Amino acid sequence: MSAALDTLYAAPIREHARNPRHRARLECADATARGDNPLCGDRVEIFLTLDGARIVQASFLGRGCDVSQASADLLAEAVRGLDAADARALSARVRQMARSGEGADAMGALGALAAAARFPSRVKCATLPWVTLEAALDGAREASSE
Amino acid sequence: MMDGIAHGYDVARIRQDFPILSQGVRGRPLVFLDSGASAQKPRQVMDAMRACMETAYANVHRGAYHLSELATENHEAAREAVRRFLNAARAEEIVFAGSSTNAINLVAHSFGRGVLKAGQRVLVSEMEHHANLIPWHMLRDSGLGIGMGVIRVTDAGELDLDSLRAELAKGDVGLVAVTHMSNVLGTVTPAAAIARMAHEAGARVLFDGSQAAVHRRVDVQALDADFYVFTGHKLYGPTGIGVLYAKHELLKAMPPFLGGGDMINTVTMDGFTWAEPPLRFEAGTPPIIEAQGLKAAVEYVEAIGMEAIEAHERRLVEHAMRVLPEVEGLSILGAAQDRGGVFSFALDAAHPHDLSTFLDSRGICIRAGRHCAEPLHARLGHEGGSARASFGLYTTEGEVDALAGALREARRFFA
Repeated sequence: MSAALDTLYAAPIREHARNPRHRARLECADATARGDNPLCGDRVEIFLTLDGARIVQASFLGRGCDVSQASADLLAEAVRGLDAADARALSARVRQMARSGEGADAMGALGALAAAARFPSRVKCATLPWVTLEAALDGAREASSE
Repeated sequence: MMDGIAHGYDVARIRQDFPILSQGVRGRPLVFLDSGASAQKPRQVMDAMRACMETAYANVHRGAYHLSELATENHEAAREAVRRFLNAARAEEIVFAGSSTNAINLVAHSFGRGVLKAGQRVLVSEMEHHANLIPWHMLRDSGLGIGMGVIRVTDAGELDLDSLRAELAKGDVGLVAVTHMSNVLGTVTPAAAIARMAHEAGARVLFDGSQAAVHRRVDVQALDADFYVFTGHKLYGPTGIGVLYAKHELLKAMPPFLGGGDMINTVTMDGFTWAEPPLRFEAGTPPIIEAQGLKAAVEYVEAIGMEAIEAHERRLVEHAMRVLPEVEGLSILGAAQDRGGVFSFALDAAHPHDLSTFLDSRGICIRAGRHCAEPLHARLGHEGGSARASFGLYTTEGEVDALAGALREARRFFA
């Protein structure tokens, strides 16, 4: 078994993909956006409820590979309780980490997404939910991985 | 991995012509099953392109000196090789375009805007890849009053000829633009019958042969095709060159696509007159080196024989249809009676993208996604895409077995 493959499909990724905790529609969402990867068909919708600038609840719906769906579940977990500005900063760090493979140690559970960097064609799987989060916070309805 | 000589087809010998196939991937043999996206290149193609640059390179159709005359002669010899490959009536019916996509855009522009009339429609099928869909959307949206219609695909993944008949009966179809072989399902469409139906209804017909020309002998006269397009890089030739075949009378009636050098007769500061076909449609310096690569590719497959290649691929398809359905949890898209060496499939335990990454770790290259055919995936209920294995003339039964074995491993890995 390739070590890199085992890293990409490490236990947290598989667990979040198979048993997501935040896969749901928030009917009362204050901000939402849909993200598409036009090449592979992956899709993620992010739902947020806000109290002022603070994210109270976050959830997602989507279809796609284990990496994109696990990333969305990890995202929903990570951004609850954050101010929008902090959520944006976190998103930028996650996207940078997924591209570079660096900085995983300081990212807690999100660090599992750093493995995507070893698979250049899979980086967009990991980052799609995060660009969609940013679109939702910007008031845009749609985002694209491209 | 090597299957040796079976049925007189020496696949091991053929593989030696493709330097890339002997390389390993992460300590495993390369199993390249993505030829439908782009095929690998034999040494003969590389040698021809190198020889062009080393011994016979100059711009064509321009210089009054020996080297340019030689380059022009070689360029026109490439056109003649393609004419023979398609059995076109005359070399002037062969237009070099940058790709299949470019060739279809050329037809959409020059025939669509220059010959079709307001109120007429272009029919496309549900199994087109985007190259034979978007140019017609763009034509429809250009405000000229040209419409579109859709030929349905059956659940088995075949063209629904009743649907074609019903659309043609409306009497307003100017062009039927369909694939000759689906890049997703491998379905080979009944091109001759489609052409006959279209012509009886007064419509012209374009076949997208991007896949078919690689796997079957194409005879544009026997098909009675009005337009036929294919691309070099899927036919073991270089990127950057594609072919438009069109009946001479049609090319004569069509205005140019792009403007520039080569496509003109006379130019003043006020205007220009068109050159005759095919140069009318070849503005600017053409793909000179690529044309020599394409000529070598055409000669390469002809030396093996398109019939022999087709027979080899039929055996591969039969083998794949035996071993792949035995993989638990695997479903194959489409069940066409006449299919070439392209299989799209889904594995219950893994998303196509995850599957592709897993197979890559085993040295196996497949395509994952929607293969530039988003509407077809929606039609078949696979919005999220599929995985695709596509064969070439160098593919072996052993490679199909390697795929089946790795799919079983993947199912355990992702379970």
